[in-house]
Amino acid sequence: MLSFVEHLPVLVVVISLLSAITIFITGWINKKTAWYISTATLLSQFISSIFILHHVMTVGPIRYRLGGWVPPWGIEYVMDALNAYVLVILLFLGLVCVIYSKRNIDHELPDKGVSFYTVYQLLITGLCGITVTGDIFNMYVFIEITSLSAYALIASRGKIALKASFTYLVLGSIGACFFLLGIGFLYSVTGSLNIHDLSLLLPPLYGNRVVLAAFVFFIVGLSIKMALFPLHTWLPDAHAFAPAEISAMLSGIIIEISTYAFIRVAFSVFTARFLQSLPVFDILCWLAAAAIIIGSVLAISQTNLKRMLAYSSVANMGYIVLALGLSISARKAPWGGLNPSMMHILNHALMKGCLFLVAGAFIYKADLWEIRDFRGLGRRMPYTCAAFVIAALSMIGIPPSVGFVSKLYIILASIEAKKFFFVPVLLLSSLLNLIYFWRVIETMYMKRVEGKDSAHTSHELHLQKEEIPLGMLAPIWVLASLCVIMGILWLANIPIPLLNQINSTFGLGGIR
Amino acid sequence: MKEEQGERDVIIETVARVMIPFIQLFALYVIIHGAGGPGGGFQGGVVFASGFILYIIAFNLAGGRKRFPESANTILSSVGLYIYAGIGLLAILFSFGAAQYLNYGFIPFTSHFEENRALGMDFVEMGIGITVMAIIASIFFDLAEKDEKQKEGEDG
Repeated sequence: MLSFVEHLPVLVVVISLLSAITIFITGWINKKTAWYISTATLLSQFISSIFILHHVMTVGPIRYRLGGWVPPWGIEYVMDALNAYVLVILLFLGLVCVIYSKRNIDHELPDKGVSFYTVYQLLITGLCGITVTGDIFNMYVFIEITSLSAYALIASRGKIALKASFTYLVLGSIGACFFLLGIGFLYSVTGSLNIHDLSLLLPPLYGNRVVLAAFVFFIVGLSIKMALFPLHTWLPDAHAFAPAEISAMLSGIIIEISTYAFIRVAFSVFTARFLQSLPVFDILCWLAAAAIIIGSVLAISQTNLKRMLAYSSVANMGYIVLALGLSISARKAPWGGLNPSMMHILNHALMKGCLFLVAGAFIYKADLWEIRDFRGLGRRMPYTCAAFVIAALSMIGIPPSVGFVSKLYIILASIEAKKFFFVPVLLLSSLLNLIYFWRVIETMYMKRVEGKDSAHTSHELHLQKEEIPLGMLAPIWVLASLCVIMGILWLANIPIPLLNQINSTFGLGGIR
Repeated sequence: MKEEQGERDVIIETVARVMIPFIQLFALYVIIHGAGGPGGGFQGGVVFASGFILYIIAFNLAGGRKRFPESANTILSSVGLYIYAGIGLLAILFSFGAAQYLNYGFIPFTSHFEENRALGMDFVEMGIGITVMAIIASIFFDLAEKDEKQKEGEDG
């Protein structure tokens, strides 16, 4: 007899799919139902994901055999500490974005609300599917579902967004092809697609060229999906022209779920022992360092806020991958193993989610895209701008915010791994972050509105308060306050048992 | 538009009239035999939709739209997915949580476990067939209607 919680991994995926088509039908009758159904679904999914996380922490991993078929033949859904944690983050940001989107979508995509929420639920279905599955081919299918809905959502604004979406489509398909080739190679040598089964069958074949080629294909394919530095070219346009909540989801969740897929492939399909025998993770560290520096420098040169944030995402993916690259050499408790990369996955989702939602708020209220137009916004939209400042300070790495914690732990990990080169890289990137975020903050608060006619009108402009509606402000502030609260929680080591469990699953970190 | 309707090809119309029922019957055959033989919901659905496409090519777009309106398209594409996902959920409901999702054997269609499993797969194939049919038809309609609009624009 399966307990209720053990059914949740599959129900999380299925109710999302069912709600997508329900929105499609009911939206045809009444357009206003779409948001309510979507929010209710995401809320129930989020609560389920917390139940799953609790079950995984207290009882142990959940293994769910779809259709009752025994694993190597049937598809299996596996929840361990890693994907339970990622699932909670993903559904939390999904929920926050959908609450935000109620007013924003009416403004950005009038008449397209129903199709937006339908595709949004499909996106959530795909993301949940990637997270819960324990079958590598199933993971590929869900990656495709996610990407297809993401292409549609990015293109939803039309015109220039179509080009951005098409670039992403072409590159994303190439990435998916590489991933599929990798799966095909592994299948040809082992005859299995189940992740756990593969991890048992692969060790004797580690010297095999086909296995090595498969691993390279996985790295290249998923690097495109997670926008790792030389393959990031699709990202800035896609982030800049999508609707605000989709930019937040893209930057905070979609590229990070690809990172999750990479972690799953690297540590569950292959093992830490395999990775230690190859220089792959060292190469990834260097690529990540290049991503951090070049992403930040390119961010400085941007005049459009959303593009600047998009390049900052490239740099932040660099942090996550750098932390990942150090994970097999650093072992001490708070920063060893996957800890820093896991932390930064959550931290980046909070910070960048908040920043993109604020950028969307500026577009919603005053159609402001360019940073130089932000003069006087600090007075006009005080609460929104305050949230922006908190998230920006967090990105720069002011203690006790989340950005500080991840940077600190990545630095400590690189010192422990004796890769001292990355310490100045991280410090330099903090400085670069300071430059490009300070520029925005300065424009918002310090630069006066240049009144061409008289000082009188400019004075009036200063005093006008045009705050965004509460339905948009509340999600922004939830994320902004979590930037600080989570930072304190990380520093107080409260979530460490969870991270230790993730590390022990893969034989990393302090537990040997 | 009227001129176009005037240009009717007797051979194509007659052949289409004869062929369409057989195409649709063959589609149903492919869908039903999906679980046990070559074919399946997707292929059957595509074949079924190609019946509609033949109708539109042989007659005209407006007539095809009348026989397969937008509302039917929306509902059928969702209904197929409901069947597809819902049958799996029924397995959990009927066994009170003892069986996994998609474990069709526990749905009491008949008294036999294996027969239930086979029937469950058949229903899923039907669901897939309905959705694929509706979606392929709607893709065709979208493309054709856009073409029609462009032609009208050129004429005007």
